[in-house]
Amino acid sequence: MVARAAREITAGMIVNLGIGLPTKVVNHLPADFPVCLHTENSLTGIGPTLTPEQADRNLIDAGGAYVSTVAGSAFFDSATSFAIVRSGRLDLTMLGAFEVSAGGDLANWKIPGKFSPGVGGGIELAQKARRVVVLTTHTDREGNPKLIQACTLPLTARACVSRIFTDMAVVDVTAHGFALVEIADGISVQEVVEATGAPLILPDTPLPSF
Amino acid sequence: MKLPDKSCVMLDARAKIKDGNTVMIGGFGVPGTPMALIHALVAHGARNLTLVKNDANEPGMGVDHLLRSGQVARLITTHLGLKSHAIGLMNAGAIEVEFNPQGILAERIRAGGAGLGGILSDVGIGTELGDGKAVVDVAGKSYLVEAALRADVALIHADRADTFGNLAYVATARNFNPLMAMAADCVIAEVEQILPLGGLAPNDILTAGVFVDHVTELGALSEEYAVVRR
Repeated sequence: MVARAAREITAGMIVNLGIGLPTKVVNHLPADFPVCLHTENSLTGIGPTLTPEQADRNLIDAGGAYVSTVAGSAFFDSATSFAIVRSGRLDLTMLGAFEVSAGGDLANWKIPGKFSPGVGGGIELAQKARRVVVLTTHTDREGNPKLIQACTLPLTARACVSRIFTDMAVVDVTAHGFALVEIADGISVQEVVEATGAPLILPDTPLPSF
Repeated sequence: MKLPDKSCVMLDARAKIKDGNTVMIGGFGVPGTPMALIHALVAHGARNLTLVKNDANEPGMGVDHLLRSGQVARLITTHLGLKSHAIGLMNAGAIEVEFNPQGILAERIRAGGAGLGGILSDVGIGTELGDGKAVVDVAGKSYLVEAALRADVALIHADRADTFGNLAYVATARNFNPLMAMAADCVIAEVEQILPLGGLAPNDILTAGVFVDHVTELGALSEEYAVVRR
């Protein structure tokens, strides 16, 4: 799914990759791929992740990983970093999710009573990036669907998600709800339907697999 | 003419902090966090503090020391960190935590430093972080009123300074520091090197010394500033 999600990034984009699974997408891009990666803690032009031995103590990404710069990188302050986000300069952001609704609502920052470390830059990324896609497992650890009719957890942003990449499928959020557009090798349509907590529009044509 | 000398030792600088103060602390993770000034504040002992800090640092580092010493009543932040001691304190009701979207926290501080009353933003409308905030309409769009933030004291980390308090930062250690350095009644900067006047080229200065009250040079950096091995 991570390799498939990487194909969502096209040449020339400015992209923010959220903490967790999305960060791994960068490993599937060719080294010379023309893309500008942004991180909330005030850097455009993220280079490869470094080992502790190679690391610069003053150079991390928003997830705390030690990263490097590339030719053409820029540093700025936190206000400028989010001016980039809110003004629509991000072509794409890839985020994790606890729940995504059939209308594209995203909940990914708080499970009341269990997980509430804070929202960080998540609301601004979800609300303001020009395209928001989600990378997540199709179900949670207990097997409950994460793609559901309406979110039950506190929202990060409403109607923001366009596409969801999971371990089972690629699902688009359409005006009529979730639509299955691709399926993982070895997974049946019936399995995806059963693991999805809302109606799934199936295509008339054969499903591409990944 | 000669610009005034604001260099001092850390013991003098911390005397400005009082019980009940609001204290802004720069940094995002380790980079830019004024570890030595935080230790000075722990030793000083001021209590019932409101901290404004992007994150709560990892256990045993940065603001975690102030949380453990019980000096913090309230924390205005964006993300506590997944392993932070602050989560337990918040859940136990020992500290009050106010979450802000990260860029909104930055802009509230910027507004406070720029002499403004606040900013208008649609970030978080329709979520619980937008609840309870005043809404105004401008040109047919709805915006939340986000009040400006100022502090009694700001604790800043910069790479280099001159004796007037002009500051230069490196890499991702810049983050909130230049914004907070404008938004407090008393701004204390710890720096890795103090240069004589003229030692910083005017074009390299990101915080003008007029915003800074005290600048103190760090000696050898403690382990807290080093690369974290996870």
